[in-house]
Amino acid sequence: MTGAEPPDHGVRPASATSGYQPESSLPSHIGEPIVKVEGIHKYFGDNHVLRGVDLEVRQREAVMVIGRSGSGKTTLLRCINFLEEPTVGAIEVDEVRVEADPLHARDRRHREQIRQIRLRAGMLFQEFNLFPHMDVLANCIEAPTRVLGHSREHAIERAEYYLEVVGLAEKRDEYPSRLSGGQKQRVAIARALSMEPKVLLFDEPTSALDPELIGEVLGVMEDLAHSGTTMIVVTHEMHFAQEAADRVVFMEDGVVIEQGPPEQVLNDPRHEETTHFLRRFLDR
Amino acid sequence: MTTPSATIQPPPLLAEIIESQRQRRRWFRGQFALVWVALVGALLAALWATDNIDTEWMVTWAPFIVGGAGTTILVCVISIVLATLLAIFGAIARMSSNAILFAISSLYVSLVRGTPLLVQIYFIFFALPQMGIRLDAVPAGILALSFNYGAYMTEIFRAGIQAVPGGQREAAQALGMPEALVMRRVVLPQAVRIVIPAIGNDFIAMIKDSALISTIAVQELLWRAQRAGTRDFKTLQALLIAAAVYWLLTIIFSYFQDRLEQRMARGDR
Ligand SMILES: Nc1ncnc2c1ncn2[C@@H]1O[C@H](COP(=O)(O)OP(=O)(O)OP(=O)(O)O)[C@@H](O)[C@H]1O
Ligand SMILES: [Mg+2]
Repeated sequence: MTGAEPPDHGVRPASATSGYQPESSLPSHIGEPIVKVEGIHKYFGDNHVLRGVDLEVRQREAVMVIGRSGSGKTTLLRCINFLEEPTVGAIEVDEVRVEADPLHARDRRHREQIRQIRLRAGMLFQEFNLFPHMDVLANCIEAPTRVLGHSREHAIERAEYYLEVVGLAEKRDEYPSRLSGGQKQRVAIARALSMEPKVLLFDEPTSALDPELIGEVLGVMEDLAHSGTTMIVVTHEMHFAQEAADRVVFMEDGVVIEQGPPEQVLNDPRHEETTHFLRRFLDR
Repeated sequence: MTTPSATIQPPPLLAEIIESQRQRRRWFRGQFALVWVALVGALLAALWATDNIDTEWMVTWAPFIVGGAGTTILVCVISIVLATLLAIFGAIARMSSNAILFAISSLYVSLVRGTPLLVQIYFIFFALPQMGIRLDAVPAGILALSFNYGAYMTEIFRAGIQAVPGGQREAAQALGMPEALVMRRVVLPQAVRIVIPAIGNDFIAMIKDSALISTIAVQELLWRAQRAGTRDFKTLQALLIAAAVYWLLTIIFSYFQDRLEQRMARGDR
């Protein structure tokens, strides 16, 4: 990358809670904050995996989270939609705010709040997790009809639209077992989009794929990013991060070390840990 | 010729190998059938040699006895369905973090597995009337079999539910599906597929266990055999017929179960 950096960046505080970008440097397409991760800590037993993570994601922003294995990226993503209950902190998605409450995780009100968050944050998994006993279309209309209460016709219409978006309209009647890994992940994306969430969470969506199938999934994701889908993506695909990210977040040992525009974090990192991580990447 | 034809197996040899393999398999099957026929034939011949077998009686009474198979099958089909439903609830309750549900279901399983089926049958038919609950023989038999098999199948279903990959539940939850919907629409349908072979096994076992409800006068296969046999002092003949029918039923259902299992194995998973 050429050294054409925005001039007003200044040095960010080195603390784990380093802020997001100053408003003035935001690209114009980016809107108001829609996801807020506030002081999240997560313990697995004695293992302190997330050590105070703060993160804000704005509308139409594509945030890529990088960091080495075990740094807590997956855990962070799973805490955002409460597949893991955070130990301390709060999550807010589209004005639904839920405080970590591990002791009362089974309270009805708390669970309903969590469900409201999940409706607003679609999740994509490494292993796709399509429902094998339903065909592609059924996968995509199951939750819209039964959870959102949409009519079947409306749900089918939306599902077909999103299958078109991921380029798999002609597979609507296939069962997942007859799809390639890349197609499965694209269907999973269509399934998540069919719920019309405010933000998509991707956890290494291509790491279970054969190399030749990675491109088709990243392509879809890049299109989504460029068309203004808000997303948080945990990824090891650096080229993709550089192309599609509005912001890159580097995590280590359960804290955010550094974040900023991809050309800055990936090409001119401010922190030694980031440099270290990226250099390791080169060696592989 | 540019193709190196010398390196390709000459077709005649391959055909020969296939043919010899086929022959060996045919020979194996032939031997197998032969041994079965010989053994069963010898058994029957030995019986007939005792000169106690009244073939004419058997021919006369066979239709009456075999007719009991209808009741046997009907009772078992209804019972396996009810047992499956009980087992689904039992399994969900046993995996629940609700102490009351857990306690009820584990008591159920423990009680049923800790007592003989025959005692359960007697209890329902002979003891419940003392408490003012009077059931006809057939409903009592069905109740006993469902109740008993439901407990054993609870464990099967629990294993089946646990065998559904955790990612399935998570994906459903992530779509905002409430717990009950996740179970009903995503986990259970997959668990049922996993346990269908086991249900088939239990159905076949139940066909045989259902002979016990002859003791409360359900007019199924064994009851009819005993009824006819004792009437004419032809118990041996009557039981031979009953045993043959049970055997045949299990062979038939095993065959269907095998086919079902094969189909599931290459099904959409
Ligand atoms: N369910 C769990 N129970 C106990 N420990 C867990 C659990 N999930 C994650 N951990 C631990 O939390 C730490 C962070 O794991 P996490 O999966 O978030 O890392 P990651 O950054 O996603 O790594 P990777 O790049 O390998 O996916 C690891 O030490 C892991 O062992
Ligand atoms: Mg991970």
